[in-house]
Amino acid sequence: MTTKETYQQPNEQGYYGPFGGAYIPEMLHRNVEELRTKYLEIIYEESFQQEYQQLLRDYVGRPTPLYLAERMSKKYGVTIFLKREDLCHTGAHKINNTVGQILLAERLGKKRIIAETGAGQHGVATATVCALKGVECIVYMGEKDIERQAPNVARMKMLGATVIPATSGSKTLKDATNEAIRDWINHPDDTHYIIGSVVGPHPYPDMVARFQSVISEEIRKQLLDKTGSELPTHVIACVGGGSNAAGAFYHFLDEPTVQLIAVEAAGEGINSGKSAATTQLGTPGILHGSKSLLMQTEDGQVVEPHSISAGLDYPGIGPLHAHLFESGRAIFMSATDKKALNAAFELSKTEGIIPALETAHALHALKMINFNKKDIVVICLSGRGDKDLDTYMKNMPL
Amino acid sequence: MKSRISGVFGSLPFRGDLEGHRVLNVYCTAGYPKLDSTLEVMKALQENGADIIELGMPYSDPLADGPVIQHSGSVALANGMTIAKLFEQLKDFRNNSHSGPARAGTDGDGGGISIPVILMGYMNPVLQYGFEKFCADAAAIGIDGLILPDLPEYEFETEYGAVIKKYNLDFIFLVTPETSEERIKKLDSLSTGFLYAVSSSSTTGGEKSTSASQEYLLQLKNLKLQNPVLVGFGIKDKASFDAVCQLADGAIIGSAYIKVLENSTNVNAATKNFLSSILH
Repeated sequence: MTTKETYQQPNEQGYYGPFGGAYIPEMLHRNVEELRTKYLEIIYEESFQQEYQQLLRDYVGRPTPLYLAERMSKKYGVTIFLKREDLCHTGAHKINNTVGQILLAERLGKKRIIAETGAGQHGVATATVCALKGVECIVYMGEKDIERQAPNVARMKMLGATVIPATSGSKTLKDATNEAIRDWINHPDDTHYIIGSVVGPHPYPDMVARFQSVISEEIRKQLLDKTGSELPTHVIACVGGGSNAAGAFYHFLDEPTVQLIAVEAAGEGINSGKSAATTQLGTPGILHGSKSLLMQTEDGQVVEPHSISAGLDYPGIGPLHAHLFESGRAIFMSATDKKALNAAFELSKTEGIIPALETAHALHALKMINFNKKDIVVICLSGRGDKDLDTYMKNMPL
Repeated sequence: MKSRISGVFGSLPFRGDLEGHRVLNVYCTAGYPKLDSTLEVMKALQENGADIIELGMPYSDPLADGPVIQHSGSVALANGMTIAKLFEQLKDFRNNSHSGPARAGTDGDGGGISIPVILMGYMNPVLQYGFEKFCADAAAIGIDGLILPDLPEYEFETEYGAVIKKYNLDFIFLVTPETSEERIKKLDSLSTGFLYAVSSSSTTGGEKSTSASQEYLLQLKNLKLQNPVLVGFGIKDKASFDAVCQLADGAIIGSAYIKVLENSTNVNAATKNFLSSILH
């Protein structure tokens, strides 16, 4: 048990408050237990950290800039910084985690990598590090997502990965995750599963949060340089499973003066029946190996979520975020498909940055918060919008 | 008191004795192929030689299941199956309306099922139903045991095991070829009824050879566990059934039987055909 009260880390069994744990079938036990007992030792070992930091710097392009968005700041009457994760190699924050996990897999002696992907960003980030290390890569992706994210599918293939469509259930991220887990059950010896978000059985949520925490580590240093204080008043990030939010919040979780704002995908509206706003619509339940908040029927069947953004189209949320929501440590908001599109068009024209659709949800929060003039707001610009051009073109205001 | 499941195994041990009785546990999905098929399928299984029925409660995200059982679950869910509906269907399944007077207040056919019935499912639907209410209702209608593959032993020991015991339900843990000897012993000590040995590292209905698992089954046999061992995953015909029964107390057949149901119009005839091809 941790003795210090902290939001950052779960207890030994992987619980953040009442959420987390490892609800896995016995077939996964050996692999998950191996990770649980070794991950901290491995990732804080000196040679690991050396290689990880070097790759983050020379391959990923870190630190990513903390950019003062002057025109946006003027428009909203508050100081707005954008943490430019969209400038990471492969175009999103996802690679922070895959670089870490491929090094971990290497040290565990695993020769085959599997991953799930929604928007394709995590799939691309996984295929990229597998190419970097010359390791076999299999990516599960919902059939529906394969259709709406064609450029990322092409990128994964070009990087040498095999993309396998998930054809069960809603044919999106949830089902891709099921298929990846089943693959792991069938290949217990040589395979490591690189989960892309802060979901899954313990230790995944904590491990992925640690790899993504470089985002907030950098924000603190960069803010100190730019403003004289390490602490902003607000940090805003979008949440599907919650990996970029976990990374952007991580080093502010135990700083009570910093307001943490998570923005979920409301889809066509919270009560439209076509939404992915888990904290608004979910109840406690178990999905993909952990207890968290979950969109489900009264009978405990997981419902099919909807969001225009494939990366947020997930019926659950990481256990860390469920705890932040229930404890009130973070404020949860949501943005509809339409609001997200508008926010994306606005940022493109105001700052010359085309954001990912996922990120656009976070940008919409600017319209929902009453800021004081002196507030310092950091928005995690989690990814770039190239992959969403098709959707943007279809919805372009004429 | 000896549970109905333990009763099936008679006096232990008769491990791997081909001459002795080999226990056949057959899996079926509640509400499959039709919503009202549940009792009909269970009766057919009892009539045609199954020793235990493992009744699957369908779930939208069954991680441990291969395509055949996944599909049966999707069909059952589309048919409208829920835990509440299942308990309603099963409320009289232990009564035998054919040989005795109908109980006051019951209408229609009793089930007349006397062999052990185990409910298999995933944690989430059970939690939504209410874990204690689930155990209480299951025990009240005559269910004998539970298999919940995603209920790990830590949660079992700290929270759920006591509830399961309170209602005298057996709880069956799974072990796999990847499970360490120490852990096998632990899971055996927590299980009652029998221990479920997954034959190879796979989801249900896997095509991996079960012959590769001989060494592992021998290991289980030599561990002198407190529970009898039934082998499941990939057992599909007489050859695979006979093979594992040389080293274990019996086997569990799932996907192969679901395929039989999928392609049949007459549940009883199809079940009879299938089970006699395995048992004779």
